[in-house]
Amino acid sequence: MNDTVHDPSALPATLPGFAPRFARDSVALAALAMLALLILAAIFAPWIAPQNPYDLAQLDLMDSKLAPGAAGADGRHFLLGTDEQGRDIFSAILYGMRTSLIAGSVSTVLALIIGLFFGLCAAWFRGWVDAIIMRVADLQLSFPSILIALVLLAALGQGLDKIIFALVAVQWAYYARTARAAGMAEREKDYLSAAIALGLKTPRIIFRHLLPNCLPPLMVVATVQIAAAISLEATLSFLGLGLPITEPSLGLLIANGYAHLLSGKYWISFFPGLTLLVLIVCINLVADRLRDLFDPRRTDTGSN
Amino acid sequence: MMKFNIRLWICVATLLANAAMAGDLRIGMSADITSMDPHAVNITPNNNIGWHVFDALVHVDADARIAPGLAQSWRAVDDTTWEFKLRRNVKFHDGSPFTADDVLFSMDRAEKLPNGQYASFVQRLTDRRAVDPYTVRVKTATPYAMVPYDLNSIFIVSKKAAANASPEDFNNGKAMIGTGPFRFTRFARGDRVELAKNPTYWGGAPAWDKVIFRIIPNDPARIAALLSGDIDAIEAIPTPDLARIRADKRFRLAQKVSWRTIFFHMDQWRDVSPFVTDRSGKPLPKNPLKDVNVRLAISKAINRQAIVERLMENAAIPASNLVSPPVFGHVAAIKPEANDPEAAKQLLARAGYPDGFALTLHAPNNRYVNDDQIAQSVAQMLTRVGISTKVETMPINVYLPKARNGDFSFSMLGWGSFSGDLALRALLATPNADKGYGAWNWSRYANPAMDKLLDQGFATVDEKKREGIAREAAAIALKDQAVIPIHHQIAVWAMKANINYVARTDEYTFAHHMK
Amino acid sequence: MPGFLLQRLAQALLVIFIMSLLVFGGVYAIGDPMAMMIPPDATQADAARMAAALGLDQPLWRQYGVFLSQALHGNLGVSFAFHVPAVTLILERLPATLELAIAATLMAIIFGIPLGLYAGLRPNGFIGRSIMAGSILGFSLPTFWVGLIFILVFSVQLGWLPASGRGETVDVFGVPLSFLTADGLQHMLMPALNLALFKLALVTRLVRAGAREALSLDYVRFARAKGLTEARVIGAHVLRNILIPVVTVIGLEFGSLVAFAVVTETIFAWPGMGKLLIDSINVLDRPVVVAYLCVTVTLFVLINLAVDLAYAALDPRVRLGGEAR
Repeated sequence: MNDTVHDPSALPATLPGFAPRFARDSVALAALAMLALLILAAIFAPWIAPQNPYDLAQLDLMDSKLAPGAAGADGRHFLLGTDEQGRDIFSAILYGMRTSLIAGSVSTVLALIIGLFFGLCAAWFRGWVDAIIMRVADLQLSFPSILIALVLLAALGQGLDKIIFALVAVQWAYYARTARAAGMAEREKDYLSAAIALGLKTPRIIFRHLLPNCLPPLMVVATVQIAAAISLEATLSFLGLGLPITEPSLGLLIANGYAHLLSGKYWISFFPGLTLLVLIVCINLVADRLRDLFDPRRTDTGSN
Repeated sequence: MMKFNIRLWICVATLLANAAMAGDLRIGMSADITSMDPHAVNITPNNNIGWHVFDALVHVDADARIAPGLAQSWRAVDDTTWEFKLRRNVKFHDGSPFTADDVLFSMDRAEKLPNGQYASFVQRLTDRRAVDPYTVRVKTATPYAMVPYDLNSIFIVSKKAAANASPEDFNNGKAMIGTGPFRFTRFARGDRVELAKNPTYWGGAPAWDKVIFRIIPNDPARIAALLSGDIDAIEAIPTPDLARIRADKRFRLAQKVSWRTIFFHMDQWRDVSPFVTDRSGKPLPKNPLKDVNVRLAISKAINRQAIVERLMENAAIPASNLVSPPVFGHVAAIKPEANDPEAAKQLLARAGYPDGFALTLHAPNNRYVNDDQIAQSVAQMLTRVGISTKVETMPINVYLPKARNGDFSFSMLGWGSFSGDLALRALLATPNADKGYGAWNWSRYANPAMDKLLDQGFATVDEKKREGIAREAAAIALKDQAVIPIHHQIAVWAMKANINYVARTDEYTFAHHMK
Repeated sequence: MPGFLLQRLAQALLVIFIMSLLVFGGVYAIGDPMAMMIPPDATQADAARMAAALGLDQPLWRQYGVFLSQALHGNLGVSFAFHVPAVTLILERLPATLELAIAATLMAIIFGIPLGLYAGLRPNGFIGRSIMAGSILGFSLPTFWVGLIFILVFSVQLGWLPASGRGETVDVFGVPLSFLTADGLQHMLMPALNLALFKLALVTRLVRAGAREALSLDYVRFARAKGLTEARVIGAHVLRNILIPVVTVIGLEFGSLVAFAVVTETIFAWPGMGKLLIDSINVLDRPVVVAYLCVTVTLFVLINLAVDLAYAALDPRVRLGGEAR
């Protein structure tokens, strides 16, 4: 075949000069700025938010379902309206974003690491290692996330850590299978045969040579999966299996507002939905750009 | 080409949709119908279909009071013997006559069907016999006033059609022969049930040639199906959509106070309750929920009117009782506790909790109307009087096993019962497996005086006298603040403006009562 | 080859066995199925009688033993909620779900590959960028939310499509299929699209990434330099390079489509297996959950087998069988 020998250790995107190169794409730059803004807003939520939406004592049922801009019982205005409990939607979005970002990113990173490890092991060692890992992945993929979440909820109770655990449990198998597929294809290529022939140690081959070449397809899946994880958390909330209802994430806010979509009280789920959308679009634009820059096989910089 | 095709389909479909016959009624149901066998799975959606195809000796009217059904009348011959006079000239859908044999067969089947969930309604009837083809006598071991109530739950099937029938024979229609207002046409599990008019129904032929019950448990989807004209009527309108439908001239609402009451059970049996601590999270020396003053304070802390208006969109009324106003045994003299946070704080202080305490409240999140929202609001209100309250909600399948196991301290339950004494028997009577008392008494409230009144009531055959005793028993428990009632739900149906429905307290959706 | 298949079969059986153990343990951890089954007015004695009739009064290991011995005779148990054999329930719902999943996968492939290819070939053009931006919409909003917006727009506002349910069906060899009638297709359009959105976005992005990667590979550059037509370069070289990851993901996603059509089926009242599963989990109907998962595991193993066979066909360097040779 037409394969050429790559030297993946020579990454074309070295850190010096990285920032200007990233900035050459104005859309990505704008996305990065927006993402930074959102992350800062999430981190500093307690100082920015007019209300602590997680503190029941600060909520008043008499402020329930106020439209954006309306004044509440004590004369305070609610920028983006309130939910059923009289919770300020703006504050809830700031706090909820924090929860969603943690849930989405932590679970994706953990799942990626676990999946990558097992997927590459399967691709490298083959034989019974491959068989065991892949059958466990099959088991995992066919075992519904709802059931996992339910079991965790019943056994351990509610909480962000349990949700993250459930999300990792659901996602790692995707990465494992994708990594294995990529690894299988790479393994047959000449540069790896050369590396083996040179007598390099297995871990070194896997991590220095195999891994970087398997990353691009995995990164595509991962950027999609961060969004999917946040959205899966929303779905679990929709099914009543997510986070505590008094500490809503973006997903839980959307799920709660869902019942009001038909009645015209759009703001309860629209604003959290919009925030989620912007957040995920930004994550993806930035990730796309990063991938373009770090991709070992690409030397062009994709100017704009 | 593709585009053209899509348009074509849309045209064809619009035609098809409009072509639905004028005599058809399509109803959106809020819960899954699992079986056609009227003696198998005892859940409301199944019974709802049962009432269309079959009949029972005793009916329940729109106010949840018992009324004559296939039995024209009944009386207690003595304390332990009941006699039912059957309606004459009633025919099954296959044309065969309805007689006492069918009644006895149905009771037998309900008792003996493997895994059947209706056996408890006939097990107390120790001796069942036909005096003549139109008279049935049953005996009980001890005086038991609830015989007509129990027989409301036994659907009468045709002995001829249902002899040796399995649940599958009902599902595929073979044994699905009743005396009800509709004949069975088709059951597509998880999707729909189709029925056709029984023109010779003894209660008068229904107004519809064909009725289709569509199963659409997702609330917005059910509303959307009504709004888009896919279906003609729906049950269980989600509260957020009430205002919109009320304002829409194309539709009409029918509503009535339901028999379902939402209330909280409180741990009154443990000295240290698992989810009650002081405000810093340390255990308390004793369980405050055992103190009637604390329970009263909790009741006063709750603004029921706000919950009814803000969360329930007025599809509920504040509750003081376990059963709603139309229901047998409701005590009208006891009014809902008025919201008085100051009085609540004073009561707490007097009970020895000037700084309040901390509590975790548990509730399901997919069982009752707005259950998780109600839980949050109650927590909000309790927190305001000094009882710092956390909320944990979970799906009913996780919730119920834990609640029954006594895992919670303060937990929500919804209950529908067609008499106050039956509700007390299940919810607040001292748990006693032999008598079947207190199966749902998560509070473990125990009051011998009330138990005694219940014993007495269930042995009192005279309905008037029994209702008096039931009220007396209810008053004892309510004055003890044995539970914290929140509200009675109002059941709401929505339908196209040209349809009328006589709304029912028991929440059943009857196509033969739509006109 | 036969050895390879046999080996896979043995592995599949083992996986199913482990799955049944997990589900038994899982349902046990959630709670006692009896709590969901007893009618409110039942007394303690009624509850005990019902538990005994279903064997739920036995210790868990014995319940599992009973299940196992029945399963070996081809009986996966009777549903607690429906009082019908669990397998009957699942097979009854299978066509509806498969129909939906196949329609969604087809949509994802038919639209995803050309869109992704275009975006990959013209990554910096306006359309290419728009495609990528649009694809983000596909997975950033929760399915249940998008589904309801569809219903709101296409059924309630415009009145073009039915809001929910499965349309008319035609029996083909006893299997009810709805895509053969106009009414059925209409009912299927929205749920299928709802289910397809996520996969469509994923396929588009994978194809784009694959295409970009391929374009930078030397052999493609050679091919171009040799003066092969653009169509031939793309058809023969680029497409081949992107198909492996696409096949993997489609295989994976098809399985998950079947298993996780839960949300779409719930919102569109589509009487499929996903809805059956969640309803069964909701009432702790263990026999149905166990049987369902045994069926889906089998399906997964078969799909993965098909995917591995597809690799071998697509890439002669990938050898079947476990051993590195």
